[in-house]
Amino acid sequence: MFDQQRMNIVIVGHVDHGKSTVIGRLLADTGSLPQGKLEAVKQQCLANARPFEYAFLLDALKDEQAQGITIDAARCFFKSNKRHYIVLDAPGHIEFLKNMVTGAATAEAALLVIDAKEGVQENTKRHGYLVSMLGIKKLVVLVNKMDLVENSQEAFERTVAEYTAFLAKLNLEPIAFIPASARSGENIVSPSETMPWYHGKTVLGQLDALEPEGETEKIKAPLRFPVQDVYKFTAQGDDRRIFAGTLESGQVSVGDEVAFLPSGKQSRIASVEAFNEGPKTTAQAGQAVGFTLTTQVYIPQGELMVKVNEVQPIQARRFRANLFWMGKAPLIQGKDYKLKLATRRVPVRLVEVLNVLDASDLRSVVGKQMVERHDVGECLFETLKPIAFDPSALIDATGRFVLVDDFEIAGGGIILEKVESKETVDQAHVRKREQAWSTGYISAANRAAACLHHAKFVVFSGPPEVGKRKMAMELERRLFMERRNVYYLSDANLNGGLDQDIRVLMRDKSEEVRRLGELARIMTDAGLIFITALGGADEYDLLQLKTLNLPNEILVVHVGENPPEQFKADLVLPAGIDPKEAAEKVYQLMSRYQILEYFI
Amino acid sequence: MDHLDRLEAQSVYILREAYKEFKNLVMLWSIGKDSTVLLWLARKAFFGHVPFPLLHIDTHFKMPEMIAYRDRAAKEWRLNIVYGENKEALEKKLTYPDGNLDRLGCCKNLKTEALKHTLSGEWPRWRFDHNLGQYAPDTNQEAYTGVIVGVRADEEGSRSKERVFSPRDAQNDWDVGDQPPELWRQYKTDFAPGTHLRIHPLLEWTELNIWEYVEREKIPIIDLYFDQGTGQRCRSLGCWPCTGKVDSTAKTVPEIIEELKTGKFANIAERSGRAQDKEGGGGLEALRRQGYM
Repeated sequence: MFDQQRMNIVIVGHVDHGKSTVIGRLLADTGSLPQGKLEAVKQQCLANARPFEYAFLLDALKDEQAQGITIDAARCFFKSNKRHYIVLDAPGHIEFLKNMVTGAATAEAALLVIDAKEGVQENTKRHGYLVSMLGIKKLVVLVNKMDLVENSQEAFERTVAEYTAFLAKLNLEPIAFIPASARSGENIVSPSETMPWYHGKTVLGQLDALEPEGETEKIKAPLRFPVQDVYKFTAQGDDRRIFAGTLESGQVSVGDEVAFLPSGKQSRIASVEAFNEGPKTTAQAGQAVGFTLTTQVYIPQGELMVKVNEVQPIQARRFRANLFWMGKAPLIQGKDYKLKLATRRVPVRLVEVLNVLDASDLRSVVGKQMVERHDVGECLFETLKPIAFDPSALIDATGRFVLVDDFEIAGGGIILEKVESKETVDQAHVRKREQAWSTGYISAANRAAACLHHAKFVVFSGPPEVGKRKMAMELERRLFMERRNVYYLSDANLNGGLDQDIRVLMRDKSEEVRRLGELARIMTDAGLIFITALGGADEYDLLQLKTLNLPNEILVVHVGENPPEQFKADLVLPAGIDPKEAAEKVYQLMSRYQILEYFI
Repeated sequence: MDHLDRLEAQSVYILREAYKEFKNLVMLWSIGKDSTVLLWLARKAFFGHVPFPLLHIDTHFKMPEMIAYRDRAAKEWRLNIVYGENKEALEKKLTYPDGNLDRLGCCKNLKTEALKHTLSGEWPRWRFDHNLGQYAPDTNQEAYTGVIVGVRADEEGSRSKERVFSPRDAQNDWDVGDQPPELWRQYKTDFAPGTHLRIHPLLEWTELNIWEYVEREKIPIIDLYFDQGTGQRCRSLGCWPCTGKVDSTAKTVPEIIEELKTGKFANIAERSGRAQDKEGGGGLEALRRQGYM
């Protein structure tokens, strides 16, 4: 029976081992080429006095023909009696690794081509490694150009033995090895007459025999619904607050109790939303849907929705992962990268390179401090904010991530496990910083005695347009009238000065927060009551400010809705209250906390 | 989920990703079947709403039915529709129908240049004012940084190499040789100032999928695609001087589907009626590098 579902397959292998010819053959011999295409290419070859090759069929782009190599993963469509295929022709040259990865990442099965004469080469191995890392479980190996080794069974068996041994190290077992000659079409679509010793399937026969990835298993897995966005189209007269996203696994129905991670907030599904469809009460893996909840909870995009009565994902900041690097600049310590895991985006740092693998022989190179372009490595990472994930072996969609460096996706990785640590990267930094911290002859106690108050970092946080800045300014005035040593810093001054060189890569202001924290450490060391207002900060930003300001103290005043839950604010004020009244409340709190004890 | 469910879910995911990541987002709407399906998918993604403007590049050689259809849909679905044009070329008659340029040169002027300068905000944009019931100058002159386009990989060679999120530099150039990686549905959503991204939610769809989806969702499609009794119909829509009709008696969507599956079009490329593709070898590829859709 004809299967309506299309199957994506990727063709990989070392350069010049015949991938494009295999595809050209598959297209031509299944009658999948547009009418006249084959003749047109043959005519073109004749006109240019070049012998015709099936590979030319793919060379749709001019500069590709000029270079004679496939530079990008091109999609081609063909059809057998069984189903439609999309075949992705992945380039064999190492410079085009990112293109190969792009093609392979969407594929359900991989067809790896090895030249029978040249045998297993560097990229034959590297691509095998990447196929395993990208999570492609179905691998068919095509031993091509058998005519160049006189169709010898012995030569074929040699390649099979060598490559099987290599794949065993990756715990990857290919479905089949097929001896073939793409140029003459042997064992591609029609069985070979020159290799009577081979009794297996042709390449097409083997592809048709693959079982498409079933949805049943994904539906049975625990619910993983990364919140892609939260919509409220009030201006269009629509009051629904819709949590939109795609179910990566599991299923969920109206009435189910759900939790959002890492915030930990809980609610219940009120409705399943869709456009131009009948009413729905349930949604399952693979569907792009929306939900409304029975209670009003504030959930930012990027949280992971799960069912409370199912296996929970892991929550952590530090984890161990396998990674491949495609960036122009190497992956190094001490630099912030952006991690994209499902719909979550957070700053991440490389803590340690555990080892770098030479992908061609899987030998470890230990002691390397960075991961260079085209390297594959095992690394320790720490995110600046907690993430919820699954080990990729359990649920792949929530166990793999990409890293963005300078606007570009530079690396891809799969998470192996959570790693416990005594201190975070920030805490270690502060510990070292404080060990080396030096002051003049004046101590903090001297300053407190002279100024009649302790040093304090006061942060007004909250959503936009709630009056944070005015309140901060009133507090400064209130304290200044008493001749306190106080200073209000407008964040606008930072944007135009200290932060002027920051390129906006992260939407969450991680670098601004880091600099502000370091600045606060200095200002409070000077004995100041240092006041600022910070828009768009979440509780982890505040936590980072607290850490960086150590050993001095922070006081957080949250204004407006959605106060932080895990890292509690010292004071929560309603939006829009009179700034003077707000300042007075903070002042009272400071007196109570004995920050101003010397005055009383 | 069947194959259409999967394609739909994937496109919806891409549209939501674009809406989340780009402040100045626009969707190109050519009135043709692909971008009309794209418009429908946007309504799916945003639960009946289209939360960004739709941009139409008016060459003034479009078939009159297309403009009528555009404005009718704008009113019915309350769309935020904007159009742009190459006023200078039209005034100076630097076009193919006026006999002053070849087909490719005309495409470059009326489509590529018009698109480039309308996207950047340098040339005037006209927005449909639902209160006035007509187009009025658009006050928003900001450059669009995310441009949603309904191209499909199966249409033509160069489109088969596209990324879902495909960067264009400040000159609108497409660097085919150095494209960003895309894996695990993570796309390039970070971009340097001055550059922009083209977003292609329909990349994985085929012509047949489009019609199957039109049928399933009962999407209203412009009737130029159907035989009106002349024994001919359009398979692909463009400007009238360059869009040929094909011999076909398909009067309904199911008849078109049948024709594509088993009939005489099963192995003939969709754009075979578009004359500009045939000029100079690799016409569309050359156009696309300059910024054509």
